[in-house]
Amino acid sequence: MEPLSNKRKAVDNKPLNLLERSYLPAIVKGLGITMSHFFKKPVTISYPEQKREFSENFRGMHSLKRDENGKERCTACGLCALSCPAEAITMIAAERQPGEENLYREEKYAAVYEINMLRCIFCGLCEEACPKEAIYLDGDIVPSDYLRKDFIYGKDKLVEAPLNQ
Amino acid sequence: MALADIIIKFILVIIIFAISLVIAMYSTYAERKFAAFFQDRIGPNRAGPWGILQPLADGGKMFLKEEIIPTNSSGFLFIVGPSLAIMTACIGSAVIPWGQQLVIGTHVIDLQVADINVGILYIFGVVSLGVYGIMIGGWASNNKYSLLGAIRAASQNISYEISMGLSIIALLLVTGTLSLRQIAEQQHGFWANGWFSWNFFKQPLGFLLFIVCAFAETNRSPFDLPECETELVGGYHTEYSSMKLGFYLFAEYINMFISSAVMATLYFGGYNFPFMDLIHSPNLVAIIGVVALFAKIFFFIFFFMWVRWTIPRFRYDQLMDLGWKTLIPLAIANIIITGLWITFIRG
Repeated sequence: MEPLSNKRKAVDNKPLNLLERSYLPAIVKGLGITMSHFFKKPVTISYPEQKREFSENFRGMHSLKRDENGKERCTACGLCALSCPAEAITMIAAERQPGEENLYREEKYAAVYEINMLRCIFCGLCEEACPKEAIYLDGDIVPSDYLRKDFIYGKDKLVEAPLNQ
Repeated sequence: MALADIIIKFILVIIIFAISLVIAMYSTYAERKFAAFFQDRIGPNRAGPWGILQPLADGGKMFLKEEIIPTNSSGFLFIVGPSLAIMTACIGSAVIPWGQQLVIGTHVIDLQVADINVGILYIFGVVSLGVYGIMIGGWASNNKYSLLGAIRAASQNISYEISMGLSIIALLLVTGTLSLRQIAEQQHGFWANGWFSWNFFKQPLGFLLFIVCAFAETNRSPFDLPECETELVGGYHTEYSSMKLGFYLFAEYINMFISSAVMATLYFGGYNFPFMDLIHSPNLVAIIGVVALFAKIFFFIFFFMWVRWTIPRFRYDQLMDLGWKTLIPLAIANIIITGLWITFIRG
């Protein structure tokens, strides 16, 4: 068969000669290899101080977006919850009261919006399903915590900070 | 012996003891740091600047950990094991000459605790006692892995002590003395009578045999079969926790320090350094000599670590093959060649 690369090497079962059997040349060669690594730049990224850049389509923690006037975009249609294969999203809808027009863009909004970060698989189907461009997985890695209940993120952690702050 | 001499000796003993402990402590740090460098990593860097307080943190952890003594172990021997290991590791440094004599006023201070005329024999005795700590600890644990580790340690040490002793005999033929002080004095400077004065250049094969045996005696990789974690969980210290485990690990590093010192003294001129005759102040020569000796020791400690991260562990039968079928015949051949050389050429 035609070789794919020129790296192929025929196996020979020649017995080792005396020098090879003493292992010393091989050991010296090995010491040389490890020493060459000794002076190489470490590849470590010291994580909390130094962060590796995420790729462009990295999907991290969710954020609920606001529109250009600082109103919450989410209208609690439930399509994200429906599309979620891990069933991590729950919400309770409420009707917008008069005087709350500067808070919510649509007449209906999510009074409670919770994502269980332990169930979420960060597939991104919720952001694909959203008709209002209200949810994006553009955040950081979800931080660790001690209790399971603390991984259920409510609106306090998910909604973007208001514009004028 | 005057009281002042006794006090000076006492201070010297304390200094050497402290130095061995500090070097052992920082060997653990150096090992982790070097391991990291050899693998393109950074290594411990959180405790203090560059992580230099890491050994203190480790020590504190060792002291504070819960101490577990297995119910079915033999309680007394379980404690004797690590104590013996650390004790034999510490007493080995007594005969090593750390430098030439210091002269302060009228006092002449030998930088050596005891210049006994059987120095090498003493070192051998101490080294062979060291295996008892491991054996007793492994047996007293009442655990099959510990026992296997202990048996391996015992057979490995016995096998390699023979070739180590034989390789030393060739050196003794050359030097004609067992006193480490005199052996160091014979290697004065770097060049004498048309050849290098260090014993390494007179006994290269002997040194090779000695260093291989030193690796085996200190249970360092590639001969770390007694604690071989892939086969034996933790080897002889499987059941140990807290500071008793710490003592075992510590003993290994002190042994490494002592065997580096012995290698430097026997084969690499000890406290001698090139062009030492150009310096006329004897005290200055002595001090530079101490520095030179420690530089050599640190190189050997580094070499121990360098080899650890290069060569994989031997298989048990390979270990025995190497010891009995290769090193011992080579050592005997070395003795014969040295003897012939002394008889017919050196005269």
